[in-house]
Amino acid sequence: MASPLEQFQIKKIVELHVFGVDASFTNSALFMVIAVALITFLLTFAMRERSLVPGRWQSIAELCYQFIADMIRTNVGSDGRRYFPFIFSLFVFILFGNMLGLVPYGFTFTSHIVVTFGLAFVVFIGTTVIAFATHGVKFFGFFLPHGTPWYVAPLLVPIEILSYFFRPISLSLRLFANMTAGHTLLKVFGGFVVTMGLAGFVPLAAVVALTGLDMIVAFLQAFVFTILTCIYLNDALHMH
Amino acid sequence: MPQFDVSVWPTQLIWMAITFVALYLLMVRVALPRIGDVLEEREFKINDALRKAEGLRQDAEDAAAAYEKMMADARVKAQDEVRAVRERADAEAAARHAELSERLNEKVTAAEGRIAKARAEAVAGVRDVAVDLAAAAFERLLGEKIDPKTATMAVDATMKEGR
Repeated sequence: MASPLEQFQIKKIVELHVFGVDASFTNSALFMVIAVALITFLLTFAMRERSLVPGRWQSIAELCYQFIADMIRTNVGSDGRRYFPFIFSLFVFILFGNMLGLVPYGFTFTSHIVVTFGLAFVVFIGTTVIAFATHGVKFFGFFLPHGTPWYVAPLLVPIEILSYFFRPISLSLRLFANMTAGHTLLKVFGGFVVTMGLAGFVPLAAVVALTGLDMIVAFLQAFVFTILTCIYLNDALHMH
Repeated sequence: MPQFDVSVWPTQLIWMAITFVALYLLMVRVALPRIGDVLEEREFKINDALRKAEGLRQDAEDAAAAYEKMMADARVKAQDEVRAVRERADAEAAARHAELSERLNEKVTAAEGRIAKARAEAVAGVRDVAVDLAAAAFERLLGEKIDPKTATMAVDATMKEGR
């Protein structure tokens, strides 16, 4: 029987090398393309009628839009509006990446640390650039909050700097670990269904429950990733 | 774990970059403006409808106020008219009453005049009768005629005394 970790295996579909770098089109890349196509199709399909009183699909699209818009408004403020398309894209990309992994034979590209770290790194670099563009050198004051006694500074500044640089790591590890653990667990219980024969309905019930749980986790992790991005963005724009 | 196989990292990063940039562009150019437009249009329409409703409410209130005013005016006018009619009727009645009582007074005066005249005539007649009676009685008792002048004087004197 296949190992529970086999589902994370990268399989090349089209071999491709660009300037000596392996840029092959893999199952991971395929599901990224599927996610992008599906998101774009669903959103445009949902909005095709542009009706004043939304139908089911249009409600979903509008709900997504307002969910992210409200998140930015409450966590960043009005000057966060220009980053709305990026944060919206980030949210749906992760959400669909997580959800597509729950479809049988699907592949979860968000269960790969390199993908989650790539996204987190973009957020980290982006917020840092925004912070320096907004506050200039004063942004270094971020590492020494106001009202800190001078004698604590030698201890506090390294901690603040360390926690700042730890942000992309915690951001990417959280998503990667949740996705990997959830899917591994599903596969392990799925294996029990086969090996336990007639008594297999017990782990089968567990798999059904776990699938529901994983759906919540898939949404929650996309939400957490996005809201933390908003909080980092707020730090960059308004400091502490 | 396959996730820590470094050889598959570059391809995933490359495709993530490609797909994410594509997604971002599709969202910015295609999907998000449509949703934003619809939401904006809806908000505009709702606000417009609310504004219209407010205007209509104002109109209704104005109409109600105009109606109230008209009713009040009509009531006042009606009361004025009723009062005018009543006053005219009162005046007419008073005038008629005055005319009637004047005519009655005239009649009463005339009747009184006639009564006084009749009485005077009657009194004069009584005197003449008394004079004649006195003269006749005198003649019967004394057997001689009395001078009518003397009889008249005597009767007048007696009548004066008797009074």
